Amino acid sequence: MRTPPSLLSLTIDLALHNLSNISDLSPVPDHILLDLFLRTLRAGKLTEKVLKLFMATGKDEVLSLIEALNIQHIVIPVLPTTNIKDAEVDIVIGALHSDLTAFLNEWKPVFSRFHLIIVKDPDLLEELQIPEGFNLDVYTKSDIDQVAGSSTSILFSGYSCRYFGYLISRKKYIISVDDDCIPARDANGVLVDIVAQHITNLATPATPFFFNTLYDPYRKGADFVRGYPFSMRSGVECGLSCGLWLNLADYDAPTQALKPEQKNSRYVDAVLTVPAGALMPVSGINMAFNRELVGPALLPALRLAGEGKLRWETVEDIWSGMCVKVICDHLGLGVKSGLPYVWRKERGNAIESLKKEWEGVKLMEEVVPFFQSIQLQRSATTAEDCVVEMAKTVKEQLGQTDPMFARAAEAMVEWVKLWKAVQSS
Amino acid sequence: MAEPSTKIIPLLKDELDIVIPTIRNLDFLEMWRPFFEPYHLIIVQDGDPSKTIKVPEGFDYELYNRNDINRVLGPKASCISFKDSACRCFGFLVSKKKYIFTIDDDCFVAKDPSGKYINALEQHIKNVLTPSTPFFFNTLYDPYREGADFVRGYPFSLRGGAPTAVSHGLWLNIPDYDAPTQLVKPLERNTRYVDAVLTIPKGTLFPMCGMNLAFNRELIGPAMYFGLMGDGQPIGRYDDMWAGWCTKVICDHLGLGVKTGLPYIWHSKASNPFVNLKKEYKGIFWQEELIPFFRSAVLPKECTTVQECYIELSKQVRAKLGQLDPYFNKLADAMLIWIEAWEELNPPADQPIVPAK
Repeated sequence: MRTPPSLLSLTIDLALHNLSNISDLSPVPDHILLDLFLRTLRAGKLTEKVLKLFMATGKDEVLSLIEALNIQHIVIPVLPTTNIKDAEVDIVIGALHSDLTAFLNEWKPVFSRFHLIIVKDPDLLEELQIPEGFNLDVYTKSDIDQVAGSSTSILFSGYSCRYFGYLISRKKYIISVDDDCIPARDANGVLVDIVAQHITNLATPATPFFFNTLYDPYRKGADFVRGYPFSMRSGVECGLSCGLWLNLADYDAPTQALKPEQKNSRYVDAVLTVPAGALMPVSGINMAFNRELVGPALLPALRLAGEGKLRWETVEDIWSGMCVKVICDHLGLGVKSGLPYVWRKERGNAIESLKKEWEGVKLMEEVVPFFQSIQLQRSATTAEDCVVEMAKTVKEQLGQTDPMFARAAEAMVEWVKLWKAVQSS
Repeated sequence: MAEPSTKIIPLLKDELDIVIPTIRNLDFLEMWRPFFEPYHLIIVQDGDPSKTIKVPEGFDYELYNRNDINRVLGPKASCISFKDSACRCFGFLVSKKKYIFTIDDDCFVAKDPSGKYINALEQHIKNVLTPSTPFFFNTLYDPYREGADFVRGYPFSLRGGAPTAVSHGLWLNIPDYDAPTQLVKPLERNTRYVDAVLTIPKGTLFPMCGMNLAFNRELIGPAMYFGLMGDGQPIGRYDDMWAGWCTKVICDHLGLGVKTGLPYIWHSKASNPFVNLKKEYKGIFWQEELIPFFRSAVLPKECTTVQECYIELSKQVRAKLGQLDPYFNKLADAMLIWIEAWEELNPPADQPIVPAK
């Protein structure tokens, strides 16, 4: 007869099973701690977070074991346990800076498993510098001209170059981040894997029809609260995932100029669905989407006359984001906002930007009421149909007030044509 | 007693009442003492009125048991629930203050991630004293919080926000789950501290929990009727839900804001899920009809006061939900009685009483 496991052994196994819920191992006696560490290794559960937990105890035996085994502090993140295959993801970077070495190296622990699409801003003259160790494709002005034709290629200058990446990608999920952002660290000092979080956001349902006060009900440790109708608890598919930014938040030039010292240091540990019917500013700095569901709706259309190479000199993403939200609301898809965070580096001078026209700020006053009132026809059942209809409405209603909107409407039409052409080739 | 880390300045000391429904005891007040002592308490004692509930020394309070409720309201007392925390709304009725904070007697002071005790009342006050942003969602949450602002793309014309009518707080430890969820996940505890306050967008409904709630009584008081629950009623544990849905529809109509998020309290007591299931049972089915009702409720623009809106809502409840169950006719009646009681106990100082339409 097999000797049953001891109570101590069972306890250690239970602790191993619940490691993610343990925040402090220092009270654990040395020999038990060592045993737990060895079992953790054997079970393949040593993540960066868990390693920190053991190291924080300061216990000599464990520390010398870590040293002896040459365990590196920065560990490649544990493979996410979602059902997404890496092959379903493209990471698209719009390169507005030529030297991407530091940027890509910072992101290596998170990006190295995936295919990257780097699109060089056609206005950027210098050659791109890209470090080794990535699976990537680079697209430059000549590629853009070839695919889009030189007349339409105007769509893709500046920050809008990233849309070219969305256009030629063949993957289901796109994750897009600006080239002046690096990985953030969460409240526990752990590196934030934006790919894993965005994928989780996109792969779990959204809940746009009723607000859950405990935020994302599908997150571990959370659920729907009392009073949430049961018929709505299966949620809907998520089309867009909007992340946030620590350090330099995505403020407009006037706000940034007024508060030059203000840095965003608040890590809000939540993902939530932005309710249907509610609009919001979608920032292009850190976002992801389901290309199969909403691809055509992410479009380069609204270009300011004085558009520049700093985010607060553009509104292209805000316009695109409104289109996506309206379309998602119409198609019954969800949009999430919140985690993951990136760390956005400071650059640019907001006051200098203010000296240029703050066209974008003025335009919002018209843009927002327009999108709030737009109604799409029931016959529009795909993102493409919706964009076409929207372009018509933009031309009719806003085109009269400012030629910029008329151009935006044209750009939307061009974009859909291009999208259809590229998809079918 | 939860020792606060910094000196407390009791904001709105003379403008805010703390309403506490209780059937057991008020021992929990000891922990809240440093935070609550400067304020006036209104205790609503549910259950057996012959029982004496002791209020800890040093608190300034008024206490109402069922006999008092009957004495104050006479026949109108029928609208106040018995054997259900819904009776708390009696406290809202008799208060003379501008702001109300209501809390359950099993809610204690929580700690934030840094280990500091959370002054929940102070956070609620901050929430109600700063504007809300119901017309456009700010991705950095409450822009009026220190260290935050409106993000790029947020129209300047909307940055003044709307007056905040309600501040809905959350709970660490025992989360506010319904009975089925409690049965499936009896051990789940809310350990996630989400450092955000946000405005629930206009047009969106939410489940309003009454155990950690503050509101501006002058702006939205008459809508905070917690319905007919408990003894003699076919349903329980939907009182705050009902009040929340009516309140949100009216807030949306009148351009007022509702915030949710911080502050957290520590919810200590998990109620019996089998008892809860019995109480909620009808509610689980009925809410499938109630949600579409509230989502499609339209108030005519002639309704410009909360009372007018509420009376109109009661008519719609009768017309559209009466066929769901006769309970809703009773509820519609009770809603009207509530407004009558409100008008009687809170005559407007400078305005004539609006006659019921």
